[in-house]
Parts: sequence; structure tokens; C-alpha cells
Amino acid sequence: MRRVVVDYPLVICALLLSIYGVAMVYSAGQTDVPTVATHAWTAQIRWVILSIGLAYAVSRGSVRFFEWSALPIYIATCLLLLGLLKFGGGAGDAASSKSWLVIAGHRLGQPAELAKVAVILMLARELGARREAPRSLLELWKPAVVVGIPWLLIMLQPDLGSGMVFIGIFFAMLFWSGVPLPLLILIASPAVSLVLAFNTSLWGAWFLALLALVLWYRPYMWEGVTLMLANVFMGVLAPILWERLAPYQRHRLQVFLDPSIDPRNSGWHVIQSQVAIGSGGWIGKGFLNGTQKRLAFLPEQHTDFIFAVVGEELGLLGVTIALSLFLFLVLRAVRTASNANDSFGSLVAFGLAASWLVHVSVNVGMTLNLMPITGIPLPFFSYGGSFMLACWLSIGLMMRISSEGRGGRVGELAI
Amino acid sequence: MSFHPNEIARRARIASWALVGIFALLLSAFFKTQVVNYAKYSQQSETNRLREVPLPAPRGIIYDRNNQVIAENVPGYTVSILASSADSLRAALTRLSAIIPLPNEQIDLAVRRYQRARNRPTAILSDASFDVVSVLEERRIDFPGLIIQSAPKRYYPDGAAVASFVGYVGEVTESELTMPRYQGYKTGQQVGKNGLEREYESRLRGREGVRYVEVDALGRVVREAGARDEVPAQAANPLYTNIDLPLQRFTAQIFGDSLQGGAIAIDPKTGGVLALYSAPSYNPNSFIGGIPPELWKSLNSDTRRPLFNKVTQGRYPPGSTWKLATAAIALERGLVTLDEHMPTPCTGGYQFGNRYFHCWDPKGHGSLTLAGAIEKSCDVYFYQLGLKIGLSTLVGGGIRLGARDKTGIDLPDESRPTFPYADAVNYYNRKYGPRGWSQAVLLNLSIGQGENSQTVVNMARFYTALATDGSAAKPEIVKDKPERAQILQLTTEQLAGLRAALAGVITHGTAGSAAIQGVVLAGKTGTAQNAQDPLHNHAWFVGFAPAGDPKIVVAVMLEFGGHGTRAARIASKIIESYLKVVPTTFINTEG
Repeated sequence: MRRVVVDYPLVICALLLSIYGVAMVYSAGQTDVPTVATHAWTAQIRWVILSIGLAYAVSRGSVRFFEWSALPIYIATCLLLLGLLKFGGGAGDAASSKSWLVIAGHRLGQPAELAKVAVILMLARELGARREAPRSLLELWKPAVVVGIPWLLIMLQPDLGSGMVFIGIFFAMLFWSGVPLPLLILIASPAVSLVLAFNTSLWGAWFLALLALVLWYRPYMWEGVTLMLANVFMGVLAPILWERLAPYQRHRLQVFLDPSIDPRNSGWHVIQSQVAIGSGGWIGKGFLNGTQKRLAFLPEQHTDFIFAVVGEELGLLGVTIALSLFLFLVLRAVRTASNANDSFGSLVAFGLAASWLVHVSVNVGMTLNLMPITGIPLPFFSYGGSFMLACWLSIGLMMRISSEGRGGRVGELAI
Repeated sequence: MSFHPNEIARRARIASWALVGIFALLLSAFFKTQVVNYAKYSQQSETNRLREVPLPAPRGIIYDRNNQVIAENVPGYTVSILASSADSLRAALTRLSAIIPLPNEQIDLAVRRYQRARNRPTAILSDASFDVVSVLEERRIDFPGLIIQSAPKRYYPDGAAVASFVGYVGEVTESELTMPRYQGYKTGQQVGKNGLEREYESRLRGREGVRYVEVDALGRVVREAGARDEVPAQAANPLYTNIDLPLQRFTAQIFGDSLQGGAIAIDPKTGGVLALYSAPSYNPNSFIGGIPPELWKSLNSDTRRPLFNKVTQGRYPPGSTWKLATAAIALERGLVTLDEHMPTPCTGGYQFGNRYFHCWDPKGHGSLTLAGAIEKSCDVYFYQLGLKIGLSTLVGGGIRLGARDKTGIDLPDESRPTFPYADAVNYYNRKYGPRGWSQAVLLNLSIGQGENSQTVVNMARFYTALATDGSAAKPEIVKDKPERAQILQLTTEQLAGLRAALAGVITHGTAGSAAIQGVVLAGKTGTAQNAQDPLHNHAWFVGFAPAGDPKIVVAVMLEFGGHGTRAARIASKIIESYLKVVPTTFINTEG
């Protein structure tokens, strides 16, 4: 076996993020009235240690072994997700969903977190095996199926947040494999139509721009026609779908657009999170001293809204440090992807980078109401065992890919 | 995948710049929230966690002229509750009502208060007994928003004896809060409701302080102290009055439970009110912390009208006490001298036109000088004097004496006396029709009957002019710069003559002994016809002592008191108590 050349900047960055995260989980537990979060930090430390061990173990395996095991892992994950729909359990706010693996009454974890890694591996295998990147819609059916099956199973739980991550991973890996940007835009267009359909003139402008793109890009005739029809269909469908949404679902969407229409209930979390972050100012109220956190104004402060605690107690300074660490981590992953010496490893590294980026931007954006509340955790920060395992598992993979890869390359940012 | 190194490098570049862009966007959003909008969110986070608990300011202490306490503050307790919603407040109060008596109306009231000021603690009990407080302290853990606070509580050591002028305080009502006078007041605050407490509210109020308690998202009080520096309450400055507390007590005592009426004692030189009492009185302490509804009802339905100030609000025909006004008006205009006789001597009545006007004494007084007529209170003399003065002059003179004006005493809701206005002919034409009246009204007016109703305080004011140099002192309870108005244009000799005549009313035949043993009391009785009940006249006495150099003017009016002598006896005792000497006995004259 080859000696592993450890990518120290990456590992140290992940380590710093984990320490930062544990400190924030500890702070989130320091409230005037004790909550479930009070002792979460001790468990979190155990999870971090376990996760680092896992990362080390994974880094001992070869990239070839990962490629070989992608299919069995993928199949096993899909079966697990399928079984979850029947036997899964809920937790906390989402008690009715079925995202938890429960055996004999013990909640073992959320398989969706590991499924993200499985899908990345499988998608990398599928895309990496091609000589050329897909150039038409028809050629995309296999990658679409690879992502589609677990995505569907997860959306049925339902876990909207993880579903968004899957879509992010899908597009990012298509991009990295060389699928032209116009084609990516065309694929995404029906979803955009669905959203824009609520404003007729906006939708009209989008439709014309799309038409121009189709004429310029010149895909197959049938593809172009199908896409345009799909966009028209979505535009027509959207208002009907809206009508069929349950009132509470509609309400949620409206509250996302303007939390102040319901400051006491649905909008409460976002408003209080913004107040917490905003009142932090430049340097924050001091570690452990966040009043919004301490007096229970913050929701889910040790899991989904932990970044609001960072903002309140450590201010813009703490936010900048955390975001810089995340940026460094993702850029380092992109560097690993571009330095990898085979397409599978390169795609895995990029897929993992995309997964982190979606997690960070959606979670952090949510605390400022830039993103809807979907329940996506923040890597290395949010309290939770399976997610911490998945994060360090990704680090382990990244270490291995980087170790097998080449040295610096021209044309990337100097990090 | 297309894995050419140049391709990969290009994509890595795109990806890296996209990443930097996304993170820059996120960071700028944080910058906007944390730096640009810092003030807004910081304030919102403070409002989230801090609740203002008002610290009531001690009201100004009210002292008498010798710095004895009339109104003070004693330690009390208020109970209030912080709630996050009207429903949770109602629920908490319902649970509270199992422990302490809390009727449903009070719960409804509390909910209304809460809706007025959601971030302030809602007052539940403004004067909780020690027992209630200790029970609540024990169960405090069950009521997370409960705030028990010691608060100064108003106390009047002399109770009912001082209520007539000091008034009382109570919680500002919902309708009062809408008045401009109570701008800046908040629900739950104490406010003067009557008497000096109301008149000097702005001076007695003090400045409310505030302390901050920290609450969590569920409205539970997490920290009572130290959440933020408190602003201490500022006590108001004391109020120094002219009241002579022993004299006030004595006056209250002498009226007792049975007499009904009012009395005022004024220092004629300064206008300082030495005592002011309206009988029956009420206990102002029972209003503190909310008067029990039954008591409030009985005070309002009592036919003796304890809440009605008979000194400043009651209006009564002045009767013979007015004869001094008639005399003064005539003297001022040189229509009569103190030694002048009237053409018709008194034979027990006076024929005017086709009507016969009786004198109070059917035996008659014979031919009298003005001084003698004042001494004997001879109606027949004053009928003729009135005719000599004439209606317009008599009415105009009366108005100049202040018969249509409030005295301006520093008490709320003083009544304006009733008296014809300057165009007297027009006044009577309007009142009775041009043919409905004759000069006979002039006869009535000149002896203090007819269209003339005066407050007790206004008669006292008029007599301060007689007791001094002809200038009337504005009656003032609170020590202030004295104000006087020259209402009588009489020479020193004329004034001295009138005072001598008033002394003669009382000292007739015994003046020599009085000069040695005590003090010469001067004054005039009056028996005013009561329109409602002819059998029960109002008894008046207005006078001063010592006659030579008056130190005190006293006006006493007894509702349905019968003859003026009864009022005179009370006045004499008040003066005796004040001057600490026995006034000379007086003989009964009419009026």
C-alpha cells in the first residue's frame, strides 16, 4: 500500500471547523432554562473523535476500491431509503417525517446524510466512465436515474433540504464532467418556469430568453421542442399546483417571501434568527453571552440555526472566520478535483465540494432569510452524529484522492 | 468525461470564482445585517429580553403650617404580572383566583389593561396586604411572570378630618387617560382624584422610575436584577400648606357626626386657609388601592352628600351676613353714614307698595343708626337702605365685591356663586318677564335673600376685606405669594366703624369685660331661607377676631341648621381654639 501524503491544509481546516463547531454547540446549550441542547456538546465531541477515526480508515482505501464499491454502496443505500419509508421515524419538529433509521427504538441516524456520499460515488462512476461528456438530453438519462431514485425516495420522507442538496450535486457534477453550460440551463429551465409562472411578464421574458438560447445552441429539433413545451407546461401548471397546495404549504412559501406577515408563528424563527445575528454587530455579544440564544428566542439553536449563535455571540468577526474556513475547504476540494489523476476521483472530489457548498450556503442563507427554512444542517457545526460522520467521511475520501493526485496545476486559484 | 487538463483548469477557474462570489455575497448579507442594520436589531433584541417594571415615585408629602404631616407615604405592595399574550394572562389570573380573591370583573379589567400596554407589567393588585404577598411569594414558582413590588402607598394620618381639602388618590381611569390633562400617564399609575391631591397633581406626582427584568421567549422572568441599570424613581417635593392641623382636627371634631355643613378659617392678612372642613366627611384612606364598590356606592347615595364640598361647591343664600355688603356699598357711595337714621323707624315690618315686608323681630327695633341696624340686624333699616341704593347700583356693587366670582381657592371644582349680572333690569326681565317682577326684589337682595347664593368660601373672602383695609385675600391652602384685591373703597374710619358694629353684634352690653378676659369677636349671623325646606333654614355665621386686629376670619354654614346662632357658637369655638383665649359671649341677634 502506498504511503498516504496527507493534505494538511485540508485536514487542519476541517479540524478547526470541528473545534469551532463543538464550541458553538457547547454555547448553544448554555441557556437560562436547560434544554435538550444542554449536554449535546459532550456527545458531539464523541462523534467528532469517532468521525476522525473513520476519516483515517477511509483514507487508507484506494480510489479504485472506492470506485469498485460505489455500486454496492449505492444499491444498499437505495434499499435502506426504501425500507426507511416503511419503518423510519421522525424527530423534533419534523416528527411526522421518516428520515431517521430506528432499530428497536434507538434512533441510529439519518441515512440521507450517507446517501449523499453514495450518490456522489455512483454518479462519479457513471460520468467518469464516459469518454465524452453528455451533449444531449437523451445521453443524460443514466446520470438522471442515478440521482433520481434516491432523490425520489428522500423527497417521499419528505426531506426537502436533502433533496435540494442532491440537485446541487447533480448539476455541479454534470458541469465538472464537461456538460456545456447552455445544456445545463436548458435542463434547469422547466423548474425556473415553474417559479416564474406567478408573474406573467417575468415568465414571458424567461421564455423568450430560453428560445434565443435554443436557437443559438441548436440542440436536436425534438429536444428543443420538448424543452419549450415543458416550459409552457410548467407555466400553465404552476398556478394550478398553487391552487392545489394545502393552505399551510402556501402559507409557508408566503412567509419565506415576507416573514413579517406572520411574526408570531411561521415567521418567528427567521425573524428571531435575524435579530440574533444583527444584534451581534462587529464583534458580537461575547462567547456564551448571546441573549437571544440564552433566553430561548432562537429556534433549533444547536442544530439548524447554530450559525445564528455564531453571529450573535462572535459578530461579523466570527462569521467571517467561519465563512473563510468554509471557503478555504471548498476551494481546497476544487483544487483536489482538478489535481486528481483520474476522472472518478476528480468527480468525487468536486461532488463533495458541491455538497458542502450547498449545505453551507443554504443553511447560512436560511439564518438571514435568503433561503427558505428547509432543515439543512451546517457541516462540522450542527449537532448530529450521522452528519458529522458524513462530513469526515468526505474528508477521508478527499485525503485519499488528493494523496493519489498530482501536484499544482496552472489556471487555478493559488491556494 | 472530458478530462483534458486545459478543460479541467478552465472549469476549476469558473468554479473557484463562482465560489468566491457566493461567499462574498453571503458575507455582504451578514455585513448588511450586523453592521448596517445593527442599531435596529440590537434594539429589537433588547426589547425582546427586557421588560420595564415601573417604580412608582413617592408622592410629595403634604405638611401643615407647622410641618405636621397631612399626607404621607407608607410602604405598600403592588402585584403585577408580565404576560406574553392576553390568553396566557387570563389563564394565569384564573389560576391566581384560586389563591387570592380575584373577581371576574377584575380579570377582565386586567386583560383590558394588558391590551393597552403589552410590554409593561399588568397591575393586578395596587395595594396588596402582607398576607396576600406572603401567600404569593410562596407560590411564586407557579406564576413565572409575577412581579411583587414594594411601592409607596398614600396615607392620611388624620383620615376624614382632612379629606375635605386634601382629597385622595386613585388609579388613573381609562377615560382619564384619553384627556389631555393626563397626557403621559400610563395605565396603573396613581393620580390625585380630589382636593389638593388633584389640584397639585403635577407637583405631587414625582417622576416614575423604571427597573428592567429579563424575560425569556415564553415570558418567564429569568432575572430580576442587574439586567440593565435601573432608573430610580424621583420623589416629589413636599407641599407646604397654610393649614393649622390642630385647628383642622378641632373643626372636624366639633362638627361631629350629626352636623352637616361646612366651615372655613382664613388668616385675613395672607389669605392662608387655616382650616377647611365639609361635614359629613369621608375617610380618604379607604380610596387607596381601590375603594370597595359597596363603599363607593354608599358614599354616592348618601343624602348628606359626603363627597360634595359644602365650603367650595355648595351655594346658599347668604341671609343677613350679606347686610354688610349692602352697608358697604351704600357707605362707599356716600349714600349713608354710620350714624344715619332711615326715614321709617322699625315697627316690625315695612310697607312697600301693596306688600308688607316683615322684620325678623316682630317687636320692632325703633329708629336705628346704620351701626345699630347692623348690631340688631334690622331688616326694615336695610329695606330702606336698599331702596336708597337702587337696584343697578346694589347689583353692580355686589358684583364688585365678587358676588359672581369664584374665589380662586386652590381646590378643584369650586362653584361660581349665583348673583344677578350687571344689567340687573335685563336680568330680572329675562328671569321673570318684564312684568313679572317689581322693585320688591331689591328689598330681598338688600337683606341677602332673593337671587343670591354664595359659597361659604366666598363669604369668608368678603369678610377678609372687612377685617383688613378693604382688600379681600384670595384664600390659599398651599403656601404661595398672597394675592389681594381692593374690593371696598372705604376710609379707615368707615371700616373701623363697620368692625365696631360687627363687634357690637356680639359684645352688646358686655364689651368691657371681654376686653379684659378674652378677645373681641366680630361677626354676623345669618339665617338663610331654604327654598327646598322652609322649616329648616340654613344657619350662617361669618366673623373674625380679635375685632381690633383680626387674625382669623371664620365662616360657618350649617345646612338645615336653623338659627344663625348655632353656627356662631361653632365659629366662636373654632376661634377660641385658634387664639387659645375665650371670646366674649355674644347675644343672640337675628337674621
